Amino acid sequence: MEHYLSLFVRSVFIENMALSFFLGMCTFLAISKKVQAAMGLGIAVIVVLVVTVPANYLIFKYLLTEGALVWTGIDGMEKVDLSFLGLLSYIGVIAAIVQIMEMFLDKYVPVLYSALGVFLPLITVNCAILGAALFMVERDYDLAESTVYGLGAGFGWALAIVALAGIREKLKYSDVPDGLQGLGITFITVGLMSLGFMSFGGIDL
Amino acid sequence: MSNKMKEILLRPVFNENPIALQILGICSALAVTSSLKVTSVMCICLTVVAAVSSMLVSLIRNQIPGSIRIIVQMTIIASVVILVDQILKAVAYDISKQLSVFVGLIITNCIVMGRAEGFAMKNPPVDSFLDGIGNGLGYSVILLALAFVRELFGSGTLYGFEVLPIATNGGWYVPNGMLLLPPSAFFLIGLFIWGLRAWKKSQVEAPDFKIAANTPKGETA
Repeated sequence: MEHYLSLFVRSVFIENMALSFFLGMCTFLAISKKVQAAMGLGIAVIVVLVVTVPANYLIFKYLLTEGALVWTGIDGMEKVDLSFLGLLSYIGVIAAIVQIMEMFLDKYVPVLYSALGVFLPLITVNCAILGAALFMVERDYDLAESTVYGLGAGFGWALAIVALAGIREKLKYSDVPDGLQGLGITFITVGLMSLGFMSFGGIDL
Repeated sequence: MSNKMKEILLRPVFNENPIALQILGICSALAVTSSLKVTSVMCICLTVVAAVSSMLVSLIRNQIPGSIRIIVQMTIIASVVILVDQILKAVAYDISKQLSVFVGLIITNCIVMGRAEGFAMKNPPVDSFLDGIGNGLGYSVILLALAFVRELFGSGTLYGFEVLPIATNGGWYVPNGMLLLPPSAFFLIGLFIWGLRAWKKSQVEAPDFKIAANTPKGETA
């Protein structure tokens, strides 16, 4: 239990997807003008990450890695290594799951569906999702760990985008130099936030 | 080379820079720029992927049904990225380790997707190829500039060679480790955009609110 808690805290604060790995930056900067929209996107990212990271783990473990196909019982399968297909399958899995979730939510949870709205399809091309899948493979997480990691990574990303949106809502009333207006000042703000998050660096549970 | 081609090739470098103006592909721009060598490799990879996948998408653009075009583009891009990734692992294993997941993340790099969707779907293969190279160059210019500043002042070296003599080796320069950390990448890109917009005024964004003067009219001192 302690191990999972520590993993969760690490993926939220220390290895924050947005602020220390710069993942999902495009949407991070584009959708962070209003807190409400940022919140919707953040929740969508959490949900998608919690589902896709373990799903990709299963794909990796039972289809792609070397010797993964032994369970089929076919001769010579222990030598088959399909891990070069990883990228293609992860992105396919992510796109498919996002699509299925969209249909599922539309039918059974219409409230959440309308709240997430256009953000769901956008998430397919959010690099935080693919990044989490790749980190999961690189760091050899098991099924439980990858679920916790997905939850933590999504939560951290959501936290960062909502915080940034809050700052930007205030920021639009300030007098910013012409060239820095908009994108420029946002970068400086994110830099300061990232500096703040670095202070979590030493935490270890 | 005709003028039109030159235009397609060079426009994305300064006038419509993918990073500074279109806010595309920022993830990797920030993450891989702490060393010039790694950055150069990343730039080459991205330019190749952008050019080749734009060309391939453009070649079959009339056969792709509109409703599934995103997934078709994604499959093409992913295949090109896998190729690049495998080649990189075979030729330069160390650098591929340092780039870790970021080569894979070229798939979701919005520059590649954006150009496939926004340009290659409507233009012939050769133009799309040049457009891909142009956008790759626009991306590379900013990345290399960032990496130059970060490596030079962060560790006193360029491409691993010591340019500023470092204090621990008997020189005079004390490396500023801050520049190698994530926040400085954000600051530098922010300042870079400021510089670019001070030069090209048309790229300045309009503020949401005009700030009124401090003193009401008629009471000026």
